[in-house]
Amino acid sequence: MSPENVNCLPESDVKLTLGLPGSGRIPSKPGMKRGFLETVDLNLELDQEVAAKPPAAKAQVVGWPPVRSFRKNAMKSCKYVKVAVDGAPYLRKVDLEICSSYPELLNALEEMFSCLTIWNYLNERKIMDNVNGMEYVPTYEDKDGDWMLVGDVPWKMFVESCKRLRLMKSSEAIGLAPRTPSKNSSTS
Amino acid sequence: MNYFPDEVIEHVFDFITSHKDRNAVSLVCKSWYKIERMSRQIVFIGNCYAISPEGVIARFPELKSLTLKGKPHFADFNLVPHDWGGILYPWIEAFAKSRVGLEELRLKRMVVSDESLELLSKSFVNFKALVLVSCEGFSTDGLAAVAANCRFLRELDLQENEVEDHRGHWISRFPESCTSLVSLNLACLKGEINLSALERLVARSPNLKSLRLSRAVPLDALQKILMRAPQLVDLGTGSFVHDPASDAYNKLKATILKCKSIKSLSGFLEVAPRCLSAIHPICHNLTSLNLSYAPGIHGNDLIKLIQHCRKLERLWILDCIGDKGLGIVASTCKELQELRVFPSDPYGVGNAAVTEEGLVAISAGCPKLHSLLYFCQQMTNAALITVAKNCSNFTRFRLCILDPTRPDPVTMQPLDEGFGAIVQSCKRLRRLSLSGLLTDRVFLYIGMYAEQLEMLSIAFAGDSDKGMLYVLNGCKKLRKLEIRDSPFGDTALLTDVGKYETMRSLWMSSCEVTLGGCKTLAKNRPMLNVEIINEDDQIDFSSDDRQKVGKMYLYRTLVGPRKDAPEFVWTLSRRWVGTDLVKQHNSNSSKFLTMAGQEKSQKSQGWSKNPVPSGWNCHNIGVLSKNYCTRIIGYEDLKGTMA
Repeated sequence: MSPENVNCLPESDVKLTLGLPGSGRIPSKPGMKRGFLETVDLNLELDQEVAAKPPAAKAQVVGWPPVRSFRKNAMKSCKYVKVAVDGAPYLRKVDLEICSSYPELLNALEEMFSCLTIWNYLNERKIMDNVNGMEYVPTYEDKDGDWMLVGDVPWKMFVESCKRLRLMKSSEAIGLAPRTPSKNSSTS
Repeated sequence: MNYFPDEVIEHVFDFITSHKDRNAVSLVCKSWYKIERMSRQIVFIGNCYAISPEGVIARFPELKSLTLKGKPHFADFNLVPHDWGGILYPWIEAFAKSRVGLEELRLKRMVVSDESLELLSKSFVNFKALVLVSCEGFSTDGLAAVAANCRFLRELDLQENEVEDHRGHWISRFPESCTSLVSLNLACLKGEINLSALERLVARSPNLKSLRLSRAVPLDALQKILMRAPQLVDLGTGSFVHDPASDAYNKLKATILKCKSIKSLSGFLEVAPRCLSAIHPICHNLTSLNLSYAPGIHGNDLIKLIQHCRKLERLWILDCIGDKGLGIVASTCKELQELRVFPSDPYGVGNAAVTEEGLVAISAGCPKLHSLLYFCQQMTNAALITVAKNCSNFTRFRLCILDPTRPDPVTMQPLDEGFGAIVQSCKRLRRLSLSGLLTDRVFLYIGMYAEQLEMLSIAFAGDSDKGMLYVLNGCKKLRKLEIRDSPFGDTALLTDVGKYETMRSLWMSSCEVTLGGCKTLAKNRPMLNVEIINEDDQIDFSSDDRQKVGKMYLYRTLVGPRKDAPEFVWTLSRRWVGTDLVKQHNSNSSKFLTMAGQEKSQKSQGWSKNPVPSGWNCHNIGVLSKNYCTRIIGYEDLKGTMA
């Protein structure tokens, strides 16, 4: 699949991986455009803000506020889902609750499956295995048992309904994976 | 002297149900003591270490219902290490050996093992009710034993417990012959539940009035269950998520309409707000609504729901209701008596969506309000003064400002005057929790005005020992005092040590009390256990008495140091003799060996006069427990059940 030629970015600006703009990560493949983050989330700036905050950096006083551990854990409701990658020998699990957006999820996946990097075609969602050049489309099984494409619904709705993730070989997803730039769905 | 036969007096005593009253009655004379003790069926033990199970059985042989509380309250907030204690098993063991026909057991903050549940289920033929609140240590295997063996079980109520899920269909262990259930609360269970077994259980329980489901019970299963139990008075839903256009959802709507008796609603552990309209039809009957575990419901959906609830007496909710939502509550729920507003972000010094405005609105709109727990972003003196004027009926007032030392944001003053107004106005106040910037002055007010106060929780407050002294001197009915991160030290601790024998317990952590102060306190106080929680070996007991004590918990007791204290809990006893260790206590002549090899012996003379022989030393009970025994000889005059 060849990259779109619209809005070609100079090579030095390219951010292949899920690092947010300006995060200084070295792209492993030149010539790819940053597009996924912008399409998935409404406001990239917002993402930057969110990502820039150190996770749980505030010094927490033990036992304050005085909320029972049971309640704390219940509100936390960590949501671990299985992640399968077609062709991989074993599955992983990722906690959807700790990601607060799609880019963070893909980040987490990338960290987990270090052979993968997320390609940022403008308006396309693709995951590529660096080693063997296979392309994957992120899909998930929802509460009703249907397999859906990751990224269509708002993040919170996704977390509620996602039962597990599967990175499907894009050869199997022919006809399903979006090819052309489409309007952003609201995905906050 | 009795003018009536004992049976008549006993009959009169039947009408005296409060524990306090029965305790008072038992002190009138020996005859009344005896009659009362032989007829008491409901026993409340506020601290499981204040008395031994054998002591309870000896005094109340006709006991049917036992309430036991274990860990200190601050254990709820992770201030007490795991393994601190509060173990149920010895109680069950002792009761099983006796002839007590236990029928009800209510536990709070205790460690309950599967073995103890199994022993319980097999030892008491008429066992009827098990209520576990904030307990831990058991799994669904223990529940299976209760289900299988308690043939007349009426109540199984699990509230906020940590339960290990072992799969296995424990619900299926209820035999077909079990038809006696009245109350079943499974809300805290995390694992899968056999839905068809649950449905069948509900179907054969015609007396079922209260049913609270866990998250694992989806909406369609809820519908089937409700079909079987339209007589329910109290319902807790599990997962409340479905496509509102689906058949299952529409069926549910229809089924709910049949449940005309539901007065209490809770759950929604998972919820899609679009589904909430299904419950609107029953809202007008609700007297109790608990949405505090339903983070999925926000602002407007909450308001839409509450607008239907005109009869509400009790409301537990998350702060995402906002001040505006509380305004709606105030104008809708005129019968409101109890309100709890919990933080939706229980971790952060985050952004609670409620402020003093919401509370003021509630106080103005709800004249019957008497019990409050309110987590908020900020509070002002003016607001508290207004609340005090509007609502003088508070019996419980717990305010938690998320930033614990925040002053009045308008005046930048401490909140002394505001809380002062509350205690002055609310003459029936029994429980108070403080927060915000507070000086010694607030304690002066509390000591002066809070005459009925029984429980006080203090955090990050006060300036000096005077604060604590005002409270200890002024609050005559104080039973439980818990203090953290406040500058109260030995002077306050030691001014009136007799006071602690009139109280259940005192907790002080991260205060200014020293090891020396605690030792002094423990001296000559055999009826107090002064425990120091020495995590990470912070305290070196053989050296400097000026070391600050991180966590101290003291409580009155009839049975001396507990034998199950873990390694990190040190009980300071009557006489601290440095490194002496008790090796053996012989009940005939009390010999003690010290490290230096000297033998001391003393006859014990009974508890009430010379409670414990001198030379009873401090030691690490955990290590020596197998050698150490506390035989209290000849104790007759129990002063009344410790509560």
